[in-house]
Amino acid sequence: MIYFDNSATTKVAPEVLNTYSKVSEKIWGNPSSLHALGENAFGLLEQSRLQIANLMGVAPDEIYFTSGGTEGDNWVVKGTAIEKRVYGKHIITSSIEHPAVLNSMAQLEKLGFEVTYLPVDEYGHVSATDVKNALRPDTILVSVMAVNNEVGAIQPLQQIAQVLKDHPKVHFHVDAVQAIGKGIQKLIMDERVDFVTFSGHKFHAPRGIGFMYKKRGRKLAPLMSGGGQEKNMRSGTENLPAIAGMAKALRLLLTDEAAKVKRQAEIKKFIYEHVFNYPKVTMFSQLDKTFAPHILCFTINGVRGETIVHAFEEHQIYLSTTSACSSKKHLVSGTLNAMKIPEKIATSAIRVSLDEHNTLEEAQSFVRVFDELYQRFTKINS
Amino acid sequence: MRYTEIMVRYGELSTKGKNRRAFIDRLGFNVRETLHDFPELVVKANRDRMHIQLHSEDGNAVMERLQLVFGIQNFSPSVRVEQNVEDVKETAVKMIKEQYQEGMTFKINTRRSDHDFKLDTNEMNDLLGGYVLRQIPGIKVKMKSPDLTLRVEVRKNGIFLSNRTIDGAGGLPVGTAGKGVLMMSGGIDSPVAGYLAMKRGVAIEMIHFFSPPYTSEQALNKAKELTAKLAPFTGKIKFIEVPFTEIQETVKSDVPAGYLMTVQRRFMLRIADLLAHKREDLAIFNGESLGQVASQTLESMVAINDVTSLPVLRPVVSLDKNEIIDIAQKIGTFELSVMPFEDCCTIFAPPSPKTKPRLERARLYESRLDVDNLIKRAIAGIKVTEIRSGEKFLAENSNSFAELL
Repeated sequence: MIYFDNSATTKVAPEVLNTYSKVSEKIWGNPSSLHALGENAFGLLEQSRLQIANLMGVAPDEIYFTSGGTEGDNWVVKGTAIEKRVYGKHIITSSIEHPAVLNSMAQLEKLGFEVTYLPVDEYGHVSATDVKNALRPDTILVSVMAVNNEVGAIQPLQQIAQVLKDHPKVHFHVDAVQAIGKGIQKLIMDERVDFVTFSGHKFHAPRGIGFMYKKRGRKLAPLMSGGGQEKNMRSGTENLPAIAGMAKALRLLLTDEAAKVKRQAEIKKFIYEHVFNYPKVTMFSQLDKTFAPHILCFTINGVRGETIVHAFEEHQIYLSTTSACSSKKHLVSGTLNAMKIPEKIATSAIRVSLDEHNTLEEAQSFVRVFDELYQRFTKINS
Repeated sequence: MRYTEIMVRYGELSTKGKNRRAFIDRLGFNVRETLHDFPELVVKANRDRMHIQLHSEDGNAVMERLQLVFGIQNFSPSVRVEQNVEDVKETAVKMIKEQYQEGMTFKINTRRSDHDFKLDTNEMNDLLGGYVLRQIPGIKVKMKSPDLTLRVEVRKNGIFLSNRTIDGAGGLPVGTAGKGVLMMSGGIDSPVAGYLAMKRGVAIEMIHFFSPPYTSEQALNKAKELTAKLAPFTGKIKFIEVPFTEIQETVKSDVPAGYLMTVQRRFMLRIADLLAHKREDLAIFNGESLGQVASQTLESMVAINDVTSLPVLRPVVSLDKNEIIDIAQKIGTFELSVMPFEDCCTIFAPPSPKTKPRLERARLYESRLDVDNLIKRAIAGIKVTEIRSGEKFLAENSNSFAELL
């Protein structure tokens, strides 16, 4: 089996699973309990937080545990709206954000907020100048993802941060779900960035866990009200087995990050350079530094994306049409649409997404199958 | 700059006449204890100086610990080179460059214990000074209070260069002034009292009273962790935990509320007195500060002090709360001390304790209790452990977590 759909989800690492089951078995006390079992669980909770904070280069009180990327995005967008509504009701985001952001925005629009959706260029990049031009005195939030989940475009966060330096009160949120462990930590943890959201299952932690970085001093209304966990910011009994597992997964992910990133970039380049030569192939991801090392999106023109996905599946090679969230709904990819790719081509898009365990041998098998399928489909179509 | 060794200059003990050797040996022992987890170190406590050879250990980490050891005036990290003039010249320039900023002045201060070395101290000063002047344009020599002083020591086993002198903690080596017990509650004051006792050379042993289930395991662990915070000043500290529940329950039920605390404290002091005699401790230290709370008035001290003939020493007696907090922050105990676990001083605190208890009353109320047996049982239940610097007792059971994370 070759798994090339790591942007959809990743396999839980055995070491992480081991932590998960050990914690479930042995440290199952409620971290809020007064007795020794609770105290022990609390110790592990805070040790996990500390480890994640250290790995991210921030303070432990800036890390909050969530149930994943969707919750993190909802929290920052809606939490900012609630917190800062008296100062303004204008929000800026891009048109290629994950639905967790876009649909939160849509809800806010119904409540009277105004949202500016920034366009992207043909490569899927937002422009910092557009951010600058869209800013208004009543702007309360700018939310831009770090790495687009469909084509892998890295957004110009540094330039946007530069623009926002002149607007210190505007919250700056970065959805970094696809960006962690991809060699751009410095970019996503920029000094001007106020909130960063992460999802555990994209880096070999279990589902249902994630974390958010909130810069010290920034205010955000909680969405989960209740027993006051996470400093009263996110109530609900802490999912300790998953939290400890995620702390471990993050450590494993970031060990030798540079070498892992290099390997993924090599695999991506290998596939890119192979398929690029075919006349009926259109590439949406590029090889330069403005694209993440692990995502490759392209089409065989005239063949529906899902057909290609199933054809690869017959060879136990797993990839995806564009994002996993939209692929089952037969929707045209939001990102490709925003990039003004004609619908006919956009419906053909497939996405290869790598992790640090994929190998060049797998890529070689992939291109062998690709050659075969290309011949077969272009023959039928011509 | 990678340092080779750290040279330690002794403090007050140079004035201690015949006891000098004992003081130096003690300091050597304390330094070795404090640095116990640096296995490569070699500590040589000579008559004039102490030399700590670093080998492969991290000099900065060692110095950080060293700054806490009482009995040290100051110390200088130094770099050893062979007895080779060229090497000394290059190293001297490198070390001065490390600190040099435009407009600074310097001097070279050579000492020579190896009189067979071909250059004497003046020749060395000239040679190195001249070379530095040529290599660093703009730098000037100044003999009286220069900005930078490079000390050079010519010894048989090499030449040692040092560009920094770091102040030590002063005081006397812990243990040279005998041994005492400290009544350690876990609040802000008692660790500071312990620190001050150690500063004047007293080796302390902790006595902590705990009353489960009224006080939690965390309160006990907090007291232990506070002890671990004080351990770097001496190396290791004995921690004596005394079960106090039965006494507190008895006092609570049989003594009028106004005298509850006075009688309770008398029990604590009786136990401290007994343990001190048994363990050959010469004094009892505590964290009382005059006027802070009801038990800390002179009247109250009279009513409580009655039960012992040992000196009860109160190093923070005349310090303001803010002054105590300043010290607590300096020695790193403050954050721990303010963690909100109930200790045995705060439970059963009566709503209005007598600020001027009378000795006769205290004696009278106490005499109604079975004092001897209560104390006997408490002492039978004590537990003594040894706590070293850096040990952790609260929450994070780091070792078992390390494997999980």
